[in-house]
Amino acid sequence: MLNNITHIRAQFPILHQEVNGKPLVYFDNAATTQKPKQVIDALQRYYELDNANIHRAAHTLAARSTEYFEATRKTIQQFINAKEEAECIFTKGVTESINLVAQTWGKANLNAGDEVLITTMEHHSNIVPWQMICEEKGAILKVTPINNSGELLMEEFDKLLSTKTKIVACVWVSNALGTINPVKEIIQKAHAVGAVVLLDGAQACSHMQVDVQALDCDFLTISSHKLYGPTGVGVLYGKRELLEAMPPYQGGGEMIKDVTFEKTTYNEIPYKFEAGTPNIGGVIAFKFALDYVNELGKENIAKHEDHLLKHFVEGVNQINLVNNNAITLVGEAKNKVSVQSFTINNMHHFDVGMMLDAKGIAVRTGHHCTQPLMQRFNLEGTVRASFALYNTTEEVDVLLQALSSIVKFSNR
Amino acid sequence: MTTTDIQNEIIDNFSLFEGDMESTLFYLMDLGKKLPAMPDEHKTENYIVKGCQSKVWVFPTFIDGKVYFEADSNTEITKGLVYLLWSIWNAQTPDEILNSELFFIEKIGMSRMIGSQRSNGFANMIKQMKLYALAYKTKGA
Repeated sequence: MLNNITHIRAQFPILHQEVNGKPLVYFDNAATTQKPKQVIDALQRYYELDNANIHRAAHTLAARSTEYFEATRKTIQQFINAKEEAECIFTKGVTESINLVAQTWGKANLNAGDEVLITTMEHHSNIVPWQMICEEKGAILKVTPINNSGELLMEEFDKLLSTKTKIVACVWVSNALGTINPVKEIIQKAHAVGAVVLLDGAQACSHMQVDVQALDCDFLTISSHKLYGPTGVGVLYGKRELLEAMPPYQGGGEMIKDVTFEKTTYNEIPYKFEAGTPNIGGVIAFKFALDYVNELGKENIAKHEDHLLKHFVEGVNQINLVNNNAITLVGEAKNKVSVQSFTINNMHHFDVGMMLDAKGIAVRTGHHCTQPLMQRFNLEGTVRASFALYNTTEEVDVLLQALSSIVKFSNR
Repeated sequence: MTTTDIQNEIIDNFSLFEGDMESTLFYLMDLGKKLPAMPDEHKTENYIVKGCQSKVWVFPTFIDGKVYFEADSNTEITKGLVYLLWSIWNAQTPDEILNSELFFIEKIGMSRMIGSQRSNGFANMIKQMKLYALAYKTKGA
């Protein structure tokens, strides 16, 4: 558990403000997490002292920024236990990471009649890139359904998986439901039919221990800003043999070895996939977020967040006892992280979101970029509270009290 | 009452909450309940106000030189916002609607209350209702 919560909160300057005259309660962590002082300071330091383009010039600033940039690559390699740094490619975020795989691996490996297997609970960023490449190649998109608790139906997955399946693209942790999917089992089964596996790790990497070698996943996508780091930075992990065989994604600077008007040869991985000047400051500052999470310990963070989730769910059950089950929890998987979607009877989620905002509470409302998942539950959208390492049980109580008064109002 | 009188009354009523966001929102939702029921057959694609995050329908009719509106929304806060416009403009002449300046919006601190996204949607409701008034004015002229 995290015992020094006051000290932890002191590291996050943004938390110490009032919104609509009330202390800010930030429960929209699944959309983006807040940044500790270390990350903010690193960003500022970079622009004040070190700003220079990387991997190019001979001067001292360039050497420094290159060194710091590559230090983040080393840290992320260790963070996910990749075999080597070259398997970690910096991108703009998870969306770009997935598009990169769809447009390069997909272009080289998918043919008419081949199948791409996803799940009902994918974020749009793990649906649309596959639809685009499937359409181009005449491949077929298949979808593993879920049960009412928001868990994958693995017997259906088994039926859908076949030698036609070329890639399984699967969210590790659902952003809308919090469900932790059985990815180890999925990877083993996919490999048994010769398919590769891409894990969308956008939500998972801030909650779960990540070991790509133990999992044996072929691709993993990571978002910095959901991991207490800057926005505009992501990582694509890929196994060396896959990355080397893939054609380049974008053409431009950095990704080349030699350019003539007749022919261009491409750089080694990871640079082959890093065309153009990246978000250097963001990547450098991301290291400080990873160090921060490592320092607190993933296990401690997970226990703390799990405690907050349980406290919230118990509180909702209490409200429901005396209010005729006015709140419906959406996503009750046995194995889940600290994300809870819900709806309130007779209240639109937009209205609930605004009423919570009036009390200084930030939650997400809407379809969470998972429209097919919402359709599965016959919902237009939900309210989603997601808890992070700096949240407290007192804050959860503020949310519960607010929900209680909204429920009473809705019964008027 | 003139559109100016009605707006002054709205400003007086909102001032009672002294900027407290929560009670203002509860009040808005209660106002929405005062909107006369809109027949479902008028809630069609043609009468949806475009550019609103929530669904908003406005259905106009023109009787004896005055414009009458039916309106509804699928969310309660927005319904309250629609009610405010309805209370000002329902049963007014096209000229009254076209010439009225909605000074109450700034006075009650609407943009702080509903944020920029909903403010855009609200502006679209206003535009749509004025367009109906203009259409009837042109037709009547």
